[in-house]
Amino acid sequence: MYPGRFEYHAPATLDEALSTLDRLGDEAKVLAGGQSLIPLMKLRFAAPAALVDINRIEALDGLSEQEGELRIGALVRHKACERSELLRGRWGVLGDAAPQISDPIVRNMGTVGGSLAHADPQGDWGSALLAADARVVAVRSSGRREIALEDFFQGPFTTALEPDELITEVRVPDPGPKAAGTYLKLERKVGDFATVGVAVHVTFANGSVSRAGIALTAVGPRNLRATAAEQALAGVRLDDEAIREAARLAADAAEPRDDVRGSADYKRNVVRVFVERGLRTAALPEARGDVPRASAAPPGRPEATEEFAGEETAEGVMKEIREKEGE
Amino acid sequence: MSAPARTKTQEVTQAITVTVNGQQRSADVEPRRLLVHFLRETLGLTGTHVGCDTSSCGACTVLLDGTPIKSCTFLAVQADGRELTTVEGLLRDGELHPIQEGFKEEHGLQCGFCTPGMMLTASALLAETPDPSEEQIRWALSGNVCRCTGYQNIVKAVQWAAARLAEEGR
Repeated sequence: MYPGRFEYHAPATLDEALSTLDRLGDEAKVLAGGQSLIPLMKLRFAAPAALVDINRIEALDGLSEQEGELRIGALVRHKACERSELLRGRWGVLGDAAPQISDPIVRNMGTVGGSLAHADPQGDWGSALLAADARVVAVRSSGRREIALEDFFQGPFTTALEPDELITEVRVPDPGPKAAGTYLKLERKVGDFATVGVAVHVTFANGSVSRAGIALTAVGPRNLRATAAEQALAGVRLDDEAIREAARLAADAAEPRDDVRGSADYKRNVVRVFVERGLRTAALPEARGDVPRASAAPPGRPEATEEFAGEETAEGVMKEIREKEGE
Repeated sequence: MSAPARTKTQEVTQAITVTVNGQQRSADVEPRRLLVHFLRETLGLTGTHVGCDTSSCGACTVLLDGTPIKSCTFLAVQADGRELTTVEGLLRDGELHPIQEGFKEEHGLQCGFCTPGMMLTASALLAETPDPSEEQIRWALSGNVCRCTGYQNIVKAVQWAAARLAEEGR
């Protein structure tokens, strides 16, 4: 299989990329990691007349914290996120999601921004970043805007991005010193798309939840935010009862369908179980920064290099959480 | 995804220069030429295999500036000015690389179709992590599918290579 014919542009600067997009309009697609776009072009589901390859624009490759805010440049690969110290602790939801995306070789190329632009309802970044309240920075020749991720996703493979706009960055707000989260993913086999994914990101103040972000993967036409569950948690102590109620509300928010990966009922139940587990992980004192960081294990994070042998089964997740609770 | 309403474009080629296994290679390629086809058909380096052709199996893995990528999901034009290593580039002065020897010694292959990709991914792992645990090996190779071996001997082959490279002090 190979793609249809297209013109190839490889601008060296952002300005050049934007003027090319301005000129080509909806004839062009932006090529970042290409791990979704190139397969789609090979299948001829996508046949853009031109590609604007942004891989040579070095300014877009930066992962940093600035004024408390996390900035993920358009060329930041999944692999960079998997390895970043920044994405542990209070941004643990992102650090936990990264190594669970596809397989290690795809992660070497695929980008966070590209994954959002692709807007696959089964995409993991969508949920992790929704939970973390991220914004997409979209730039075109005539201006720049920031789009809340909530408004960015409009449906399956559909976003608010205009044809001449380029995602230059994803920004994640400062969750404050006491925050924790995790991403739980059920997949049939290593490297697969999610049967169900759940992202949990909680910030704490005075022993209570100040903000909870809960988002769901692969159980709706887009990455879904479990708004009722989030609201139920705001201002309360993260105790057993609150956790169970939030999990129930999140399961209600899911819109799963029967498919080869499981029945709708099964998936809804996995949402409930994962939200419960995710919140329990976030509630651990070491996860939310109540103990010195040096002794705190990254919350819920399977050590990508040591313990995590790629067996992210429901059983594996359960075992991991039991171990943490037993500590 | 909107239906393709593109204007018909003529075949236009683009000149690229790529360093492949230490040698500079130049060619005119169509932008839609996938890297795997460029390597196999334009350069005649058929050690890189086309497996699933959907970026799932890893048989087409090559190293781009030392990093494993799936060459079925990468355009040849993207490689312009960059450095590639294919399985043909593992040989050192005509001798098998310890990773190749390891696969031979530990029977790390049966049909051999996945082997080039496996060896390249393993070589990138060992370049970064000279003494990997079994879990690290399995995790690193989780994007390379083998339907014959059950992976046991592939893991042993990588361990064998790690030990040999440590002996050589490199």
